[in-house]
Amino acid sequence: MNGDTKWVRVTQCENIPLREGRSLTIDTCEIAIFNLGDRFFAIDSACPHKGGPLSEGIVSGTTVVCPLHAWKVDLNTGCVVGQASSIACVKTYPTRVRDGVVYVELLIERSTEPQKLICLNDSAPDSCAR
Amino acid sequence: MTQRLVVVGNGMAGVACVEQILKHAPKFELTIFGDETHVNYNRILLSSVLAGEKAAEDIVLNGRDWYEKHGIELRLGVRVADVDAEHKTVTGDDGSVTHFDKLLIATGSTPLIPPIDGVKKDGVFVFRNLDDTRALLDRAGPGKKAIVIGGGLLGLEAARGLQVQGCDVTVVHLMDTLMERQLDFAGGGYLKAKMECLGVKVLLERNTAAILGNGKAEGVAFKDGSRLDANFVVIAAGIRPNVELGRKAGLQVNRGIVVNDYMETSNPDIFAVGECVEHNSACYGLVAPLFEQGKVLAATITGNRGPVYGGTIQAAKLKIMGVDVFSAGDFSEKSPGSDPVRYEDPALGIYKKLIVRDGKLAGVILVGDTSESHRYVEWLRSSTDLTTMRRQLLFPGPATDSGLDVAEMADSKVVCGCNGVTKGAIIQAVHEKGISTLAQLKDCTRASTGCGSCTEVCQQLLKAVSPEFQEESKRSLCKCVPFPEDKLREILRSQRLRSVQEVLEIYGNGAGCEVCKPALSYMLDMLWCGDHDEDRSARFINDRVHANIQKDGTFSVVPRIRGGVTSAAELRRIADVAEKYKVPMVKITGSQRIDLLGVKKADLPKVWADLGMPSGQAYTKGVRMVKTCVGTDFCRFGVQDSTKAGIELERRLEHLYTPHKLKMGAVGCPRNCAEATVKDIGLIGQDGTWQVVVGGAAGKKVRKADLLLTVESTEEALQAATLFFQYYRENANYLERTYDFVERVGIAKVRRDTVYAPLAIQQGLRGRLRKSKQLARDAWLEGDEPKHPTQFVQIEPLEKIEA
Repeated sequence: MNGDTKWVRVTQCENIPLREGRSLTIDTCEIAIFNLGDRFFAIDSACPHKGGPLSEGIVSGTTVVCPLHAWKVDLNTGCVVGQASSIACVKTYPTRVRDGVVYVELLIERSTEPQKLICLNDSAPDSCAR
Repeated sequence: MTQRLVVVGNGMAGVACVEQILKHAPKFELTIFGDETHVNYNRILLSSVLAGEKAAEDIVLNGRDWYEKHGIELRLGVRVADVDAEHKTVTGDDGSVTHFDKLLIATGSTPLIPPIDGVKKDGVFVFRNLDDTRALLDRAGPGKKAIVIGGGLLGLEAARGLQVQGCDVTVVHLMDTLMERQLDFAGGGYLKAKMECLGVKVLLERNTAAILGNGKAEGVAFKDGSRLDANFVVIAAGIRPNVELGRKAGLQVNRGIVVNDYMETSNPDIFAVGECVEHNSACYGLVAPLFEQGKVLAATITGNRGPVYGGTIQAAKLKIMGVDVFSAGDFSEKSPGSDPVRYEDPALGIYKKLIVRDGKLAGVILVGDTSESHRYVEWLRSSTDLTTMRRQLLFPGPATDSGLDVAEMADSKVVCGCNGVTKGAIIQAVHEKGISTLAQLKDCTRASTGCGSCTEVCQQLLKAVSPEFQEESKRSLCKCVPFPEDKLREILRSQRLRSVQEVLEIYGNGAGCEVCKPALSYMLDMLWCGDHDEDRSARFINDRVHANIQKDGTFSVVPRIRGGVTSAAELRRIADVAEKYKVPMVKITGSQRIDLLGVKKADLPKVWADLGMPSGQAYTKGVRMVKTCVGTDFCRFGVQDSTKAGIELERRLEHLYTPHKLKMGAVGCPRNCAEATVKDIGLIGQDGTWQVVVGGAAGKKVRKADLLLTVESTEEALQAATLFFQYYRENANYLERTYDFVERVGIAKVRRDTVYAPLAIQQGLRGRLRKSKQLARDAWLEGDEPKHPTQFVQIEPLEKIEA
């Protein structure tokens, strides 16, 4: 994949309450950011099942439960856990905090087209459905 | 002539021994002296009394009627001060002289007071008996600072009890690890972490020099010169056998009164049992040995000398809810041939260690998970050869039929270590007395009435043996917090827990899930009525934004229209809102309400403001609505004003949360146009009366509601309905609809506990409902003041990606 990674300043930490998520639209991506107290997680917000808003889910440990049909998504890997098919995944993005601001690392594709964001953290298996 | 047996000591050991003696012939004329003024009670449960989990009367073992029934003369509040072995008399501190043929000394022990200056000051307590416990309860209270000197079993239980009473508690311990007699250094570390997680502070290696304060305890000073403030101090530094009477009777006394394997002292007419004795150089401070000794002594004293006491494997269990600690046997690794086998998981707070010596279990330490303690005790007792099991020592063997375990158990195996009840005794009781429930088994055999750790085995035995076994249906809430819900409600109440995360951290896995978090949120709200830390992250999205999430991520909005009665002005506002926010669908619901579907989250506060109506709670487990018919105002057939009654019922209960959604109905005649007979609560008007019905359903399941009560006035009908409402709120499991609840509990019991309950109980229910209602508010008021500033606001990234 060609392109540069960029740490994008997203929002003040306090805008995301503890053990909750909030969604943000960055360019064309809807990303859900979760505050787990000691760290933040960023994943694509649409549930691989029926596109439910993961940002509105209940956080359970390091997973989030989709509010529509209770599919459980691992915030580390983006993969669905539990009895449902484990090959369904969402993209995950690295995060960091500087001066009280959450940053998300995105890939800016270098091309003649307008800049596009692409999944960076491919820790998910290749069969990952998108 | 009947011989007179005098028992000095009305505690657990003495009375348990008397119970055994009564099973033998010949009979004695019995006198029991007790220096406390209480009948025989379960001393090991005093910590539960201190923690508010049990009342003093709950721990009584034998009431006065038991003493009367067996013709026992009970001399309470009399301390036996002297004994004359030659003339066979005892002298009480009231001056009375009592003759005996046989004397049984069961004087137990007294708290050991270390050499600390100022221990006589006011505000210095010990924790040994019921009076001590009451004194502590009097002194304890929110904000009080307490110091507990001693980090053993008793000290820790006292500390937790005081903390539950609201005190700020610090445990001060001389050694470098807690419970060093029962745990190794690592296990003590796990225990310390767990205690600190509960909020009890722990100071190790502190040698207390003096109690500070002028006549009244104000803190302690340590030998290293440091100090700690306190409002009161509890000394729990160990116990000392009460041997003075033994000495006065001329018996051989070392640390305790020396007894042989037949429980005989050096005087053939004087016996001793319990914490005051020393057998084979060991003194015991735990309950199980006392019962074993009592049995042997009963045989010897009644002339049936034969059974011998061979000592007891020391086993200890900490009785603090949520802190599982168990230890048994000898866990020192120093003896040659000792193999320590360990398992630990710091994140879960689990630590297990077995010491295997010569292929057999020598000792065990369990912290954080004591579910396998029975298996280990059995291995210790029977010196099981573990060679073939070496790979599974710390994990349960492969799953087998649960009945098999109990089937394989020998009849002589002790199931209840506290009360010395064997498997054989339980089976015999089941067959002879027709026992079918655990409660009956407890009454009949005393099994599982001590520490309660054998409850599971007792259940299994009952299941296997009793033809009519009734399982007390106790399903755990979920894997994250493995307790049945009634138990959890009790824990939350007695331990005064006020946040979901706190409950998960202390009693669960720290994480929680979509099942237990909303359930715990509900329980806390129901118990504390808003006087708690409401954690929105533990609630479903509908309860964060007060609207019902739809498949496309938009929300539906249902304003409250009490009784389904609206007005032209209201309808006009609803129409305006629908147009202004381009609401894709406006629908009349099956509950006589109006649903605006497809509203964006960011629009919710504006929609609510424009509607100017309260939330209809159509998104939550709470009071949904009262469906009504037109009643008497217009209807030709109506005999009761159901519209007015329904509106009033809705007004009295709106904004409250319930274990599951709650739908109500009120109809003005038996034609039942608003379908009140299939509602959670229904009011059915008849000529001159109202029927109040509960537990109806017309959803996944159709069920005709049960009649709760028939009353004459509308006010009485409303009272009965609200009484049931609060009863359901307090006793149903989360996500249990009234129709499942009423079926599970039985309408007869529901009536007994509500409309037929004693006035005080009804007043209690009403009082708690009133308190909840006073604090309940329309959730849509949060449109102006959201719980979190970004609740309804779409967050914009601070930085744009330049195209």
